[in-house]
Amino acid sequence: MRYFEEFTARLFKWACGLAFLGVCGALAAQPAQLAISCGALGIQLTLCQEGVAAWSRSTGTAVTVVATPNSSTERFALYQQILASHSPDIDVFQIDVVWPGTFAPHLVDLSRYIGPDITDQYFASMIHNNTIDGALVAMPWYTDAGVLYYRADLLQKYGESPPETWQQLTATARRIQQAERAAGNSRMQGFVFQAKGYEGLTCDALEWIDSFGGGTVVDSAGRVTIDNPQAVAALDLAASWIGDIAPQGVLNYDEEASRGVFQSGNAVFMRNWPYAWSLGNAADSPIKGKIGVSALPRGEVQGHHSGTLGGWQLAVSRYSKHPALAADLVRYLTSYEEQKRRAIAASYNPTIRALYQDEDVLEAVPFFGTLYRSFEHAVARPSRVTGSQYARVSAEFYYAVHDILSGKLQAAPALNALHQKLVRLSRGEQW
Amino acid sequence: MTSLHQKSHLHKKRVRWAWIFLAPVVLVLALVAGWPLLKTMAYGFTDASLIDPESAQFVGLDNFAFLLQDPYWWSAVWNTVVFALSSVLLETVLGLIIALALNAQFRGRGGLRAAILIPWAIPTVVSAQMWNWMFNDVFGVINHLLLDVGLIQAPIAWTASPDTALLSIILVDVWKTTPFMALLLLAGLQMLPRECYESARVDGVHPLKVFFKVTLPLLKPALTVAIIFRLLDALRVFDLVYVMSGNNRSTMSMSVYARQQLIDFGGLGFGSAAATLIFAIIALFTVVYLMAARVGREN
Repeated sequence: MRYFEEFTARLFKWACGLAFLGVCGALAAQPAQLAISCGALGIQLTLCQEGVAAWSRSTGTAVTVVATPNSSTERFALYQQILASHSPDIDVFQIDVVWPGTFAPHLVDLSRYIGPDITDQYFASMIHNNTIDGALVAMPWYTDAGVLYYRADLLQKYGESPPETWQQLTATARRIQQAERAAGNSRMQGFVFQAKGYEGLTCDALEWIDSFGGGTVVDSAGRVTIDNPQAVAALDLAASWIGDIAPQGVLNYDEEASRGVFQSGNAVFMRNWPYAWSLGNAADSPIKGKIGVSALPRGEVQGHHSGTLGGWQLAVSRYSKHPALAADLVRYLTSYEEQKRRAIAASYNPTIRALYQDEDVLEAVPFFGTLYRSFEHAVARPSRVTGSQYARVSAEFYYAVHDILSGKLQAAPALNALHQKLVRLSRGEQW
Repeated sequence: MTSLHQKSHLHKKRVRWAWIFLAPVVLVLALVAGWPLLKTMAYGFTDASLIDPESAQFVGLDNFAFLLQDPYWWSAVWNTVVFALSSVLLETVLGLIIALALNAQFRGRGGLRAAILIPWAIPTVVSAQMWNWMFNDVFGVINHLLLDVGLIQAPIAWTASPDTALLSIILVDVWKTTPFMALLLLAGLQMLPRECYESARVDGVHPLKVFFKVTLPLLKPALTVAIIFRLLDALRVFDLVYVMSGNNRSTMSMSVYARQQLIDFGGLGFGSAAATLIFAIIALFTVVYLMAARVGREN
C-alpha cells in the first residue's frame, strides 16, 4: 500500500509541475500573434493564406490561419462553442451572412476602427445586414446572390428570350420541355432549383415571395409579414411547377443536385449561386459555352427583381487579446486591392461597388457586369432582426414551403399557420 | 474463530485490491462516458443555449413536457422505430442466407468472404451520397435501369417522395450492413458442433428440417448478440438519414431531431432533453429485447 500512496503522490506532483510549465509557457508568449479562421480547403484557403501573409509582412505580426470545417453548419456549431467559452484562441472569424445577429454579443464593434469613409464604398444592404443595434459587427468580404441560369442555345433554338417574369419563365420552360421531350430528349426538365428542406429552400422561397412584393417573412421592425396574398400567389405558382416544369425530385435537391441536372444538359433553367458559372463552363462540362446568366425573374404585378443575399463576412472576437490589430487585418483583407486580387484569381464576388466597374476585373470575369444588378436588388434573410432565433424561423419557413410544394398543404392556410407559429416564437414579435 | 476472521480479512483485502486494480478503468469510464451523460441529462432540465450556456436557468420538466407534446418528435420516434425494425429484420434474414452460403465448402470462398465486406467498409457518408446520386430522378442509374427493363413507366423521385424516402434509406442501410450481419452469423455458424450434422446426415433428415431444428436453435446465442448490436446501432441512426434527406421531417430520425435542436437551433437544454429521451428509449428497447430473449431461452 505504501508504494501505491507514494506513487500517486509523485504522479500528482508531476502533474502539477506540468500544469505550472504550461502556465509559464502561455505567459512567456509575448509578441502579438493573431489567429484567423478562413476557409477550409482549396483555392479559398490558399487565397486567404496569401492575403494574410501580405498583411503579416507589412505589419510584422505573425498570423496563424486556422482551418475550419468545410460545411457551414458545422462551422456554425464550432464557432458557437468557441465564442460561448469566451476563448481568445481565434481573433478573426469568417462568418456567414445570416450569423451576425446570433454572434453579435460576442463580436467587436468594427466602426471604432473602420470609418464611414470606407464602409460607404460597400453595398449598403451588406453593411446594413452586419449592423446590429448600431454596432458594425462584421465587414463584408465576398458576396453571393441567387441568379437564373438558362440554356442560351435552347432559348435561341425556340426563339425565346430570357424571362422577365416568373410567369414567362413558366410558359417558356413548359414549351421547351414539351418540344424537347417530343424530340426524344425524354429527360428534359424545364426548371430546377433547391427545394430540399434546408436553408437553401429558405433562400429560394424568399426570392419568389420578395419578387412578388410579398415581403421578407419578418420585416426589419420584427413584425411577422408572411401571411399576405402576394406570398400566397408566389408559392401557389411555385407549387404548380412540381411535376410540371420541375421534376418531383427537386423536393430533395440542394445546390449540387440541381447543378447535376442542369450541367448534364437536362434542364432549361436553373436557380443557383454564381459559383455554378465557372463549373458549367469548365472544359469537361457538356453545356460549356451554352449558358446564360440573368437576374431572377420578378412577379407579374407589383413585382421586382430579387435574389437572396449570401456571402461571407469577417468579424473580430470580443475575447481577442489584440482587437485593434485584428480589426486592421479585417480592414486589409476586405480592402479594394485585396478584393480585386481575389476576384481576378478565383472570381470571388466583391462587396465594394466600384469593383464591378474595374476594367481588370471585368476582363477576367465578364459576367460580373450581369451580377451587379442582382447584388443591388439582393434581399437579406430576416436574420438581423430575429437574432439567435433565426435558425428556428428559417426552419419553420422552409418546412411550411416544403409542405406547400409537395402538395401536402395549400399555400393560404399553411402561411396562416406559419404566421401564428412565428408570432408565438417571437414572443409577440419582440424577438 | 480466528481462521474465519483471517479468511474474511483476506477476502476484504482481495476485494480492496480488486477495486484498486479496477479503479483506472472505472475512472476512465466515468470521465469519458459517465460525466458527459450526466451533464447532458442535467442540461435537459435547463433552458441553456449553445451560444451562452452560463446563463442557463433551471426549468424543471418543461423541456420534456414540450417534447412529449411535439408531433415532430413523435414522428421522428416513429421513423426511427420503423427504420430500425425493418432494416434489422431484412439484414438478419439476408445476412443469415449469405452466412449459410459462405459456410459451405467451395473454391474461392476466402475471396468471396472478403469481397462481401466491401459495402460495410465504405464510410457511411460516402455510400449515402453515392446512393443519393444513384436514386436521383433525372440522372440516377436506378430509374434508368427500371425504365429500361420496363418495371416503371415514369421515373420515381426516390428520396424526395414521402412514400419512398424512408424506404430508400432502409434499402441503403440493408445494402451496407448485411455483410456485417453475415460475418457475425458466419462466425457463429463455424462454432457449431459437427456431430449434430453428421448424425442428421446418417439419419437422412431433410436439409430444411436440419436448418430449423438444429442450426437455428444452436445459432440463437450468436443471433441474439448480432440483433442487439444492430438494433442499438439502428436506433441511433444519424449519418445515413442526414446525408440522404437532411432535416426533412418525413424521414427525420430521433438523432437528427436532437442534433437540429441542439446545433442548428442552439437549444442546448432542449436538445439535451431529446438526447436523454433517446438514451431512455434505446435502454428500454435493450431491456425488453434481452428479457424476451431470456424467456425464449428458458422455454
